[in-house]
Amino acid sequence: MNVLIFLIPVALALGLLGLYGLFWSLKSGQYEDLEGAAYRILQDDDIEKK
Amino acid sequence: MAASPDFSHFVKTDAEGRSRIDLAIDGITCAACLGDIETAMKRLPGVMNARLNLTSHRLAVTFDAARIEAGGLTGALEAIGYRAYPYEQRKVEADEAARFHLLLKCLGVAVFAAMNIMLLSISVWSGEGASMSNETRDFFHFLSALIALPAAAYAGQPFYVSAWNSLRQGRVNMDVPITIGVVLALALSVYETWRHAPQTYFDSAVMLLAFLLAGRVMDQAMRRKTRAAAGNLAALKGENALRFTPGAQETEENLVLTPVAALAEDDRVLVRAGERIPADGVIENGASSVDESAITGETLGKAVRVGDNVYAGSINGDGALKLRVTAAGNAALIDEAARLIDAASAARSGYVRLADRVSQLYAPVVHVTALATGLTWYFFLGAGVHDALVIAISVLIITCPCALALAVPAVQAMASGAFFRAGLFLNDATGLEKIGEIDTVVFDKTGTLTLPEPRVANADDIPPDLLDLAARLAHSSSHPLARAVALSARSAPPLPDARETQGMGVAAPFGQTEAWLGSAAFCEIESPGAHADASAIFVRHGARWARLLIRQTLRPDAARVLDRLRESGLKIAILSGDRSEAVAPIARGLGVESWSGGLKPADKIAFIDERAAEGAKILMVGDGLNDAPALAAAYASLSPIDAVHLTQTQADAVFLGDRLAPVAAAIAIARRARGLMRQNLAFAVGYNAVAVPFAMSGHATPLFAALAMSASSIIVTVNALRLRGPGKAVTLLLGEPKNSGSEPVRKAAPPNPVAAPSA
Repeated sequence: MNVLIFLIPVALALGLLGLYGLFWSLKSGQYEDLEGAAYRILQDDDIEKK
Repeated sequence: MAASPDFSHFVKTDAEGRSRIDLAIDGITCAACLGDIETAMKRLPGVMNARLNLTSHRLAVTFDAARIEAGGLTGALEAIGYRAYPYEQRKVEADEAARFHLLLKCLGVAVFAAMNIMLLSISVWSGEGASMSNETRDFFHFLSALIALPAAAYAGQPFYVSAWNSLRQGRVNMDVPITIGVVLALALSVYETWRHAPQTYFDSAVMLLAFLLAGRVMDQAMRRKTRAAAGNLAALKGENALRFTPGAQETEENLVLTPVAALAEDDRVLVRAGERIPADGVIENGASSVDESAITGETLGKAVRVGDNVYAGSINGDGALKLRVTAAGNAALIDEAARLIDAASAARSGYVRLADRVSQLYAPVVHVTALATGLTWYFFLGAGVHDALVIAISVLIITCPCALALAVPAVQAMASGAFFRAGLFLNDATGLEKIGEIDTVVFDKTGTLTLPEPRVANADDIPPDLLDLAARLAHSSSHPLARAVALSARSAPPLPDARETQGMGVAAPFGQTEAWLGSAAFCEIESPGAHADASAIFVRHGARWARLLIRQTLRPDAARVLDRLRESGLKIAILSGDRSEAVAPIARGLGVESWSGGLKPADKIAFIDERAAEGAKILMVGDGLNDAPALAAAYASLSPIDAVHLTQTQADAVFLGDRLAPVAAAIAIARRARGLMRQNLAFAVGYNAVAVPFAMSGHATPLFAALAMSASSIIVTVNALRLRGPGKAVTLLLGEPKNSGSEPVRKAAPPNPVAAPSA
């Protein structure tokens, strides 16, 4: 069972990583416009006109 | 086009000199609009950034105030077919957003903790007895404590705060037993961990929080969405006033079109013939007659002169008025209404929500049961202090109101979603429960049963081409009669080269000859004599002409909705502030026997109180300022979105659009929601009746608690989901066009008078 010493911290770290992701996305406004983001990717205004 | 309004009131400038404005946008139908709008904005000189939020239909623009005015932005949007108006975020909305974020963070933490603790707990349960050594088990318990304690401290905040607040006011709400349950479960588990005991309840405590938070997040998300849409609607009403620049001389040159929100007390504004009066005020100059139907329900004009008070929302007749803006509440009528509202709402505040009623009963019963169980085990069944305590606390954990606390919020979230889709905004969650209980519906007439603005009453008798022509001419005038004509016909492009003669009519070249819209004299027709109870306007093209009768018309589906309400067993009455002669034909047409006209606000309250004393539960539907006290006095209340502000704030829900169908939908949804709430509560009580004996007999292991808790929560949530549907069913029944309910925000918008740009 010694492998637990390794596995449990890994499980916790992964969970905490997910939690950090949630906090980050809330803080940076990722939930403000759930519909618009899906369409924004289709816009090509970032492509330079040549 | 008229000069664009002065929006400087809404523009915020940051330290680096960039200006920022938020605009509410109407007319967004699809994702393609996103690109259109943002590109159009970015092409304007001086615009640095424009970002449209497709969820809330708001556009944030940063621009250089030196190079472009805010009015230019809305002008550019209007040119590509979107109506826009500056939007000021109200504090409530910011609070709702902050609360939503907090709940979401708490949910994230609770779910993280619940998952990790469950990982450890399941190992403990499955290894129980044989394969797991006691040291490993204790280590797992210790780890669980390490995760659970900080997580519960963080994720439980919303409950602890609410429980504490309610206890301080000497009341008990659902959050009190939740808090007690969580704290005791954690305390017991820490103690058991320390004693190296085989069972702990960390998972139960954290899972309880996760489930409850999920319900609240759902509720809050819906509430926030509704609030944002309501905010947009309020902004898009976008009324402007002609204000004399303060401090400058009061001449024509110093008149600036200003948003009503920017008006301050003692500003001087000019109201031209046919315009809506933008703010409460005292007449300083001029005389006219005003249509105060939005305020009193009276449809006949009232003569006013210097020194008289006029109220926001009334429509100026044929004379120009100069007003001095007075603060709201200064006027006698509004004071009277506010006084009546205070008195009426004090009587109404006695309503206790279903969930609170249950929790007032629930908390003492559960706590007494737990105590009794512990004492019985200790004194009669020979258990030690520790065992008796463990069993008593396990009773608390098992009964912990997971299902009970989710039962109502889950239904509420679904119901406000159904309201939203049916074109209704819920002001107050208790309104939902109250609307579900009513047995009598009382309607106001003007603006509620009838459309808020007059329309052409004899449209069917007029040749369609003349009516169309009239509408095209009407677009070029702001006179109230012309606006009524424009509203009655499908949106047709205005005629080019139209010339308006103030107070007389509009003329424009059309085909070979001229076309006229206006008074009989203006159209050079011999008037066929005045018509009682309606104003007449004439349209003439060459030798052909027609008389359009303009009067208050019923909402298109009023008769059907009233029939449907009667079928579902509700009593119906009409209370109007208008003259009895005006109310009688409408009541007769709709088949309503109980009606009265010429009522003052206090009379309406008297009628409602009288019925209430007989045990009736009344839903009041009204829009005028004179209805506000009655709305406050009634058991539940609804008002259309065009209602006066004070009235809207008194209503439990506000409905959109020209139709009355949302009233029927509101009642249907609320009744069904109430039914589901009761089902859910009954289920929760039944669950406890089964689970509590288990716990009392000492068999409530952590595994049993975890299973029971999640199963009951999922069942009540799934049951609440059944609410999707009845709102739709009602709209279908009344024969609404298929898509009208799905986009309430768009539906509410008045037809755009400058439709179809030539490009």
